[in-house]
Amino acid sequence: MVIYRSTVASCLRNLFKGQSRLVLWTKVTGDPNLTDNTAQDAFVEFEKVQKSYDGETLVVKDLNLRIAKGEFLTMLGPSGSGKTTCLMMLAGFETATYGSIRLDGTSINNIPPHKRGIGMVFQNYALFPHMTVAENLAFPLEVRKLGRSIREEKVNRALEMVEMQAFDGRRPAQLSGGQQQRIALARALVFEPELVLMDEPLGALDKQLREKMQFEITGLAHRLGITVVYVTHDQTEALTMSDRVAVFDDGRIQQLATPDQLYEKPENSFVAQFIGENNTMEGVVKEVDGELAKVELDGGETIACKPINVNRPGERTRVSIRPERVEFNKSRLKPGAHTLKAEVLEFIYMGDIFRTRLRVAGNDQFIIKTRNAPDQVRLELGAEVEIGWLPSDCRALDA
Amino acid sequence: MSASSYTAPILAADGTPLKKSLSRALRQQKRRALMLIAPLLIFIFVAFIMPIVSMLFRSVENDIVANTLPQTVMALQSWDAETGELPGEDVYAAFASDIKIAAKAKIHTKVGLRLNYEQSGIASLFKKTARKAKKWDMETGGPFKEKLIGVHKNWGKTEIWQTLKIHSSRYTTGYFLNAIDMRKTAMGPQRQAEDKQILLLLFQRTLIMSLVITGSCILLGYPVAWLLANVPVRQANLLLILVLLPFWTSLLVRTSAWKVMLQQQGVINDLLVQLGMVADGARLVMINNQTGTIVAMTHILLPFMILPMYSVMQTIPPTYLRAAKSLGATDWTAFWRVYFPQTVPGIGAGSILVFILAIGYYITPEIVGGTKGVFISNRIAYSILKSLNWGLGAALATILLVAVLILYWAYDKMVGIDNVKLGG
Repeated sequence: MVIYRSTVASCLRNLFKGQSRLVLWTKVTGDPNLTDNTAQDAFVEFEKVQKSYDGETLVVKDLNLRIAKGEFLTMLGPSGSGKTTCLMMLAGFETATYGSIRLDGTSINNIPPHKRGIGMVFQNYALFPHMTVAENLAFPLEVRKLGRSIREEKVNRALEMVEMQAFDGRRPAQLSGGQQQRIALARALVFEPELVLMDEPLGALDKQLREKMQFEITGLAHRLGITVVYVTHDQTEALTMSDRVAVFDDGRIQQLATPDQLYEKPENSFVAQFIGENNTMEGVVKEVDGELAKVELDGGETIACKPINVNRPGERTRVSIRPERVEFNKSRLKPGAHTLKAEVLEFIYMGDIFRTRLRVAGNDQFIIKTRNAPDQVRLELGAEVEIGWLPSDCRALDA
Repeated sequence: MSASSYTAPILAADGTPLKKSLSRALRQQKRRALMLIAPLLIFIFVAFIMPIVSMLFRSVENDIVANTLPQTVMALQSWDAETGELPGEDVYAAFASDIKIAAKAKIHTKVGLRLNYEQSGIASLFKKTARKAKKWDMETGGPFKEKLIGVHKNWGKTEIWQTLKIHSSRYTTGYFLNAIDMRKTAMGPQRQAEDKQILLLLFQRTLIMSLVITGSCILLGYPVAWLLANVPVRQANLLLILVLLPFWTSLLVRTSAWKVMLQQQGVINDLLVQLGMVADGARLVMINNQTGTIVAMTHILLPFMILPMYSVMQTIPPTYLRAAKSLGATDWTAFWRVYFPQTVPGIGAGSILVFILAIGYYITPEIVGGTKGVFISNRIAYSILKSLNWGLGAALATILLVAVLILYWAYDKMVGIDNVKLGG
């Protein structure tokens, strides 16, 4: 119960931090329209939203989320974490059990999906198989009763936007996965919605194509100034594409932050585990002194780290450190670094990096990553080395 | 190597053309596969295809006249049927000889019966003549013209000889002409007498009623199939059992049940009378007419419509409807523009199945159809079982078969049989 309450608190805290970070980010990119954004005029707003399918368990628990106009927000989380349900509630295919969802200031809880004017890209594209590409794109314009000439013009412009002009007469089945993806994107954009939802749109593509499409989608979104809510379970996708990422787990937002904040400053152990690779060591907090805490690991060693959501001695904690922040080369260790003895268990050559598995303080799954530079040392199996890191890179999180 | 070698067939490692060596490699497999299905193939050929072919062959076969009365047929060749004159003594003599041999072999009744289809009265004429002819002496008994006319005055009429001549060929189109309400005469094919014209009407009725039944199956089956495809699996299974239940009940039982339901003293009429919606004296006539046939056959054929539609609808993911709605389509537009076109192959498959089954249906129209609601198949059964005119029955069946094949072909041209899906 204690944990439960503390996660709610951290959730709310994150929410407001997220907002302030958004302002920071917009200053960096220099978009004047976004700097004025305050919490009051959020474009999309979830307020205390809950969702239950069976009346027994909540799939979404007390969701509060504000998305600014022009923002690219990603909902990231494992399957069953409630992210897709949130998206479906926004699209209107699911109704919120409690709470309100607002779009541009007006509540859309009771507006049917076809009147919401929200573009959507589906996981398997959902291109209508019995229509050609051009007919697919014209469909949203037709149901809006636009004239033929305007329709054709808009369809052509949308096809041009995704560089698919030559394919207007084809059927979806005659297109490759990547091409279908582009058409689905063009169809969601052709009626010029201000908000576009994407439900794992790149899930069915191979790795190379996926990376290419990531850039295309973000480029397009920024160029058109549309707001995008993007759902994925792929953390790399979330980090590379988004302005902000909301990490979902167990029906709650665990952390809402910009990608760099999320990666470098995870605020609880779920986020630390879920985003990127992480070394964790369990232990007990010995003392907390402002920006520094002493933790006695289960292996016996005591290390210094940054307290994130531990506040008093005696609490159990999970200490987290990124593999690339660990250094074994003494000459490169920064002053103030904390060192520990380690034994090399495994060395994996991965091309651009080396991945070395060590036994540290009784944990034999400790990973370090080093860049494949000309002067890089390859550790020998069985070697005894001294590894170290800055206490500020080492975060004491909830157990 | 010359330039032309670029177009030469690709060779396998041992120098034989690749195609040849591939087919050699596959031959063994093919032979084994063929042997596995051989019992079924032989069974189908012996028990299904051969009887059908031999039955259909009867629609043109006509060697009974030529076989029984060979001399008469020969002699009639030189007689001009259109002059209105009686044939000469040679024809009468040939006939007398033929009928005497036939009477001894006791096959004269068969040919009489055959010719009786074309001109009534011939059967009894042949019987009577044969009885007398048994005692005739072929060498000294002549002239036979007077003798035959003496047996029966009809031998003095040209119609008899015309009928004999027209139907003397070994193969005939006569049955097919009969099947479309026409008959062979000396002046070429002509329409049957007004009171004998029934078969074209029956064909027409069969087609129209089959179309109505197919249409009502689509209307009733579509929502059920949609429900089956969209409710949770457990409920869908229960529903599916309900749909399939009629398959496990005898066809006769189901049809008889409709008799109980629809008759004038039946369940529906009683209910309507009790509710006061129908006066007791004006009970609805819902059976022994077209209504009865349509109601009962729609019920019986409904599963054949629902199952193909269901299997197609099952493969349409709900995201299409969601996508359509997210693009601004109302529920109806989303259904009509996005969902319905994708179910057309299912409707097509179901319609072909139901229509082809309906067009050849026999038992149900027989029981609930009365006289107004019977199909062409009932007429075929009548020809085969009652009037024993197998040739006509075979001709009707051939026309029915060809009609179905033409419809199937037309459907293939329009919709494409590849688009038809019977299974998931």
